[in-house]
Amino acid sequence: MAIPTLDEAQYIEKFGPHLNYEPPGGWEAHRQTGEATLVKTHCCFCGVQCGIQLKVQDNKVIGFEPWEEFPVNHGMLCPKGVKRYLQNEHPDRLLSPLVRTENGFAEASWDEALGRTASAIRKIQSEHGPDSFAILGGASMTNEKAYMIGKFARVAVKTANIDYNGRLCMVSAGAANKMAFGVDRAANPWSDIPLAKAVMLSGTNLGECFPILTDYVWRARDNGAKIIVVDPRMTPIARTADLFLPVRPGRDSALANGILHVLIERGWIDRKFIDAHTIDFDRVRDLVKRYTPAVTERISGVPAASVVRAAEIWGPAETSMLLHARGVEHQVKGVENCLTYINLVLATGRIGKPGSGYGTITGQGNGQGGREHGQRCNQLPGARDIENPAHREFIAEFWNIKESELPHTGLTACEIFDAIEAGKIKGLLSISFNPLVSIPDANRTRAALDKLEFYGCIDFFLSESGRHADVVLAGSLQEEDEGTVTTGEGRCVRLRKSVTPPGNARVDWEIIKDLAQRLEAGDHFLYSMSEDIFRELAAASKGGSADYSGMTYAKIEKNMGIFWPCPNWTHPGTPRLFEGGQFHHPDGKARFHAFEYRPPAEDIDSEYPIFFTSGRVVSQYLTGNQTRRIGDLVDQYPEPLCEMHPLLAAKLGVQDRQPVRVITRRGEIVVPAQVVKTIRPDTVFVPYHWPGKKSANLLTNRALDPISKIPEYKVCACRIEKVVQS
Amino acid sequence: MIGADDQFFIDPSRCIGCESCVLACMECDTHRGRSMIHLEFIDRSSTTQTGPVVCMHCEDPACAKVCPADAIKQTEDGIVHSSIKSRCIGCSNCVLACPFGVPHYVAAIDQMVKCDMCFDRTSIGKKPMCATVCPSQALFFGSVEEVTRIRTERPIQEFQFGGQPLRTKVKMMTAPGTELMDVDIMDFMPGAESTMVDIAALSVWTEGMEVLNA
Repeated sequence: MAIPTLDEAQYIEKFGPHLNYEPPGGWEAHRQTGEATLVKTHCCFCGVQCGIQLKVQDNKVIGFEPWEEFPVNHGMLCPKGVKRYLQNEHPDRLLSPLVRTENGFAEASWDEALGRTASAIRKIQSEHGPDSFAILGGASMTNEKAYMIGKFARVAVKTANIDYNGRLCMVSAGAANKMAFGVDRAANPWSDIPLAKAVMLSGTNLGECFPILTDYVWRARDNGAKIIVVDPRMTPIARTADLFLPVRPGRDSALANGILHVLIERGWIDRKFIDAHTIDFDRVRDLVKRYTPAVTERISGVPAASVVRAAEIWGPAETSMLLHARGVEHQVKGVENCLTYINLVLATGRIGKPGSGYGTITGQGNGQGGREHGQRCNQLPGARDIENPAHREFIAEFWNIKESELPHTGLTACEIFDAIEAGKIKGLLSISFNPLVSIPDANRTRAALDKLEFYGCIDFFLSESGRHADVVLAGSLQEEDEGTVTTGEGRCVRLRKSVTPPGNARVDWEIIKDLAQRLEAGDHFLYSMSEDIFRELAAASKGGSADYSGMTYAKIEKNMGIFWPCPNWTHPGTPRLFEGGQFHHPDGKARFHAFEYRPPAEDIDSEYPIFFTSGRVVSQYLTGNQTRRIGDLVDQYPEPLCEMHPLLAAKLGVQDRQPVRVITRRGEIVVPAQVVKTIRPDTVFVPYHWPGKKSANLLTNRALDPISKIPEYKVCACRIEKVVQS
Repeated sequence: MIGADDQFFIDPSRCIGCESCVLACMECDTHRGRSMIHLEFIDRSSTTQTGPVVCMHCEDPACAKVCPADAIKQTEDGIVHSSIKSRCIGCSNCVLACPFGVPHYVAAIDQMVKCDMCFDRTSIGKKPMCATVCPSQALFFGSVEEVTRIRTERPIQEFQFGGQPLRTKVKMMTAPGTELMDVDIMDFMPGAESTMVDIAALSVWTEGMEVLNA
């Protein structure tokens, strides 16, 4: 039973989060002595992966300098990037493996920690079958680690149940991309954004979640572009948009259908492109006939006139970029929403050209690469399909195992927790994943963690989930290892080891390698450095959809990143996909998809009359396991607030900053109200970065998209009560 | 390397309120964790508009004029510096006098500190830290020629505070023709009186474009 043995305050006292404000030794210490080295690497947060120079002295990260030559961000950084250097010498940094005792944790030797983990894996599997032990990976990890953990699960642990926290991020967009285009990657480099004459940002709080892309959008506007923003909240990027569409949560597919209706009616479609390069347009045309502006207004909550105006901006534009993120993707119809938006791109034929295209903006550090190399339950390296016989044969041979030994599709991240609850999965090993804070319906997640016979956790700080662990394996921060990540535009970039892991902590891939050895699969993991893993994953990807086989560390460094596909040594990489209308389905054509709007899994009713939605703030990243430990980032937005419109606040009798109780069918939280005119009056918003009693994911609905299995974070029903303080 | 004519421009309309500038300012070697600039939330209850506040470096700085200890010096390049430690008496006259709300009195060191446009960085050819990291380039460092070539907003450096005109070294980007932008989400929802007013009609750049194209 993986039940924490201390109370929350005791864990916090020992493992944090404590707030670190200063570089090692304080502000004065290092600034007076000796020269510091500048290491050109990348920020560890978000899919933009800004270039940054970490300032290193005596094997400690002591600060940063902007890296102005890196072509994506030119030195620009968001506050998380500015303060990201404060982790390596952080007082909370795990310095040794830990094993759970009756009084929290005790330090252990690597031999003991790895031995206990390996024997727990084998014991559970011998009693309950190979799939009773699950592995959870993370999309903040390097390509090398993503590849290795996928191979480790299938070849060493021999379980089908390996998935990752990208399942909570953008898998619906990935599935939609494959269905529409035959490949899962943003279609354009971000350098196409400033060339667009119309930019539609749907469900992306771009200014807070991908801050440096703001400059790309502003440059488009400087060049005469019109900006359309679709969001239930007037986010910083929406404030100065040309057209703001305040969509009712969970209604995105209706809105996109409505815009296409007007495009077709006004003749703003590219019939030549549609005929030559796509199929199934007629089905969509017939479907959207019903989505008149009036009908669209009724469903989506966006005025009919604004629906028409969106079409008037989008339709005749010479070039255009459509970008979306979690707002449309975190729904039980996430795939449908994305495909409905893709219809707008295909109908106008504006894709595969300079300034014209489409992309999902991946949220996690390696949101793109993390989903390509086989840490997904339904996927093999090179973005191959685990149920495709040819793909299975190729990878089995490459890994030197029998095809019959290669597990088939396993459970997805949320389903793994459902299976723990049902008693089917008994053991878990996680790396860079904090499910207690990130999986919806946190009360159930906590009960599931408690129920595990064994939980092993590889991480650099002890997360809230890690408190449940039987064994904690002290791993590495991004700056403590070599590797690569693939950014949201499909550019594979190089991360540099700036320092070695402190204390007795170890580099993640070495931990996995040692575990594989203890599981008698050491022969399959004969790596002596990160580049060995990269060479193998690049070779494994050859001929796959995400082909890295023409990349090397040296080539990536020299070019400041290479876009896949890059199928041979002389290939320069592929910044823009689909040039000349060539899509990646076998017939070379893109697919339209006709989806009737359907409501969210849980809609508002008289008992729960208000929409609940969640998202990020600019100063925090994901579950906050890193950013809730950095003082200035915490001070910037110290605790979750419940954003609500003054009309709703007046109805509830709530003043700004008064505590309110937000209640859903799954749980309740008490947080201060933030009364602002920048959110729909029928909707409240709470950011999700916090654990415990203020966790937004106590409220959210673990209802899954049927295709991608992404949960519906972005819409459920709640009611609000004013908290009367005595 | 920065150019000899490079100057500092502020465009609050581009600001996304991320505070990257404020946090990065702390990281300059000489600042030792203290930020010399700040970010204003204009009126969070009605807008996400924010404004970064760096020193405007007035040609005739009020802060220096009111300093009884003659602790605030302006160099030939027009930079108005932090108070000189040995002279500052911590009276806060400068804090009260500045029309832009820039100087801070720091009790811990009993001294006024303020933005010096990253004198330590610009003197060795680097751009100021805040303008380097600013993700939206609301803070921009470059030449007047460049900023007017790539942007539709125009730089101004003349201000009027009541009866007192003021000329600054730092330039503010403005859009012609904008008087008031009062944004409420209700204006964009069904049934609102001003439904037809899309934000383009209010947006500073669109109006700027129309003026330029006229």
